[in-house]
Amino acid sequence: MTDALHILSLGKGGWGGALLLAAGVTFALSVLGFLFGALFGAVAAGGRLSPRALPSWAAKGYGTVFRGVPDLLTIYLLYYGGSIALTEIGKVFGSAGFVGLPTFATGVLAIGIISGAYQAEVYRGAYLAVDPGQFEACKALGLSRFQSLRLVIIPQLMRHALPGLGNVWQLVLKDSALISVIGLVELMRQSQIGAGSMREPFVFYLAAAALYFLIAAVTGSVFRYGEARAWRGMAHA
Amino acid sequence: MIDLGFFVEIIPTLLSGLPLTLQLAGLSIAIGFALALLLALAQQGNHRVLVWPIRSFVAVFRGTPLLVQIFLIYYGLGQFRPTLQAVGLWWLFREPYWCAIIALSLNTAAYGSEILRGAIQGVSRGLVEAASALGMTRLQTLRLVVLPLALRQAIPSYSNEIILMVKGTSLASIVTLMEVTGIAQGLISQTYRAVEVFVAAGAIYLTINFTIISALSALEAWLTPYRARA
Repeated sequence: MTDALHILSLGKGGWGGALLLAAGVTFALSVLGFLFGALFGAVAAGGRLSPRALPSWAAKGYGTVFRGVPDLLTIYLLYYGGSIALTEIGKVFGSAGFVGLPTFATGVLAIGIISGAYQAEVYRGAYLAVDPGQFEACKALGLSRFQSLRLVIIPQLMRHALPGLGNVWQLVLKDSALISVIGLVELMRQSQIGAGSMREPFVFYLAAAALYFLIAAVTGSVFRYGEARAWRGMAHA
Repeated sequence: MIDLGFFVEIIPTLLSGLPLTLQLAGLSIAIGFALALLLALAQQGNHRVLVWPIRSFVAVFRGTPLLVQIFLIYYGLGQFRPTLQAVGLWWLFREPYWCAIIALSLNTAAYGSEILRGAIQGVSRGLVEAASALGMTRLQTLRLVVLPLALRQAIPSYSNEIILMVKGTSLASIVTLMEVTGIAQGLISQTYRAVEVFVAAGAIYLTINFTIISALSALEAWLTPYRARA
């Protein structure tokens, strides 16, 4: 037990600092991925709600593929697919070797694409939950489409979206561990490195589990606080 | 640009991983469901000694990545080889196959128990009271009234969980199991054709998931004959 404490200490020879730093990378990766996902999700939700066939179909296809295919495959597609394209471009400019994509950016993009597929469903559901009277009121007030979305619909929509977004966020945080397979040194990868070099896999993976759990718990309560704030002043069961 | 001949070449290779993917998914979903049901039922009595450890188990397995769970069970417990050998469990924890099944089963048991717990609590109190007014024992009430209604109620949520598990089996490739995703990764690094391999492997997963979703929604429709057909 003292061994474990020594290994995980923040002092000299301890891996605590490295693990905390890697947890920071995990957090940053997840937040950025989630934000990109919000963008993709909003566009896809707009497509799903569109009365025209093409956007609606495209958005549906996007959702079906990235919610149905293992996230690991999507990550491989982006990393290897992107790197292969980059290597080809490199050849044109006379570079001979394999050019790998930057892993952090690839990770953010992968998480963005995957979580966007889930967020689209959340936004679509939330949009449909907004009282139709609100849209009519916007028209009666002479608001433009953009104004009514920005001032009336989106603030109310977010109220309905928050619980679902909280779930997607938890999914994102856990998915971020998969980015370790392309070599980004986030919490999972750092634990693998530590486990290998100290020959103490149990201690390192347990520490990683504890850190993921902590991040999930703290951020989960932020979402719950946000939800309570969003519904303040409203009669809500 | 898309070369059909290449698909004809890789699809049989990818399909050779399908039995393993289906085994991992089938076994862990079955074991996980049995565990989930036990955990959900054990929480009905509200005995603190039972509820507290179960809630902690659920929180831990829902709050940490599946990959960490697989690594903790496969590599982490491997560190305790002498102890595991002494208690005769080493054969289980030595194999990545069983470690993946254990991790997947425990993971889905945690999520599944929450789905089933909610569904059991959703069964109307009046029905339970009616059952006891009819002189049914608690076990009879459970078997004849509560469980059939709760399980039917749980089908849509549980089918989402099953899809997540099918996708989750892909993580077994990281502990050396060559299921569909593992083979796909190998093909990508051999052929440098990520898009084609993704399309072919993705189609396999989408087919599995589509089959499961259709089967479960048919089951749900069959169990709710009184509902108006849309």
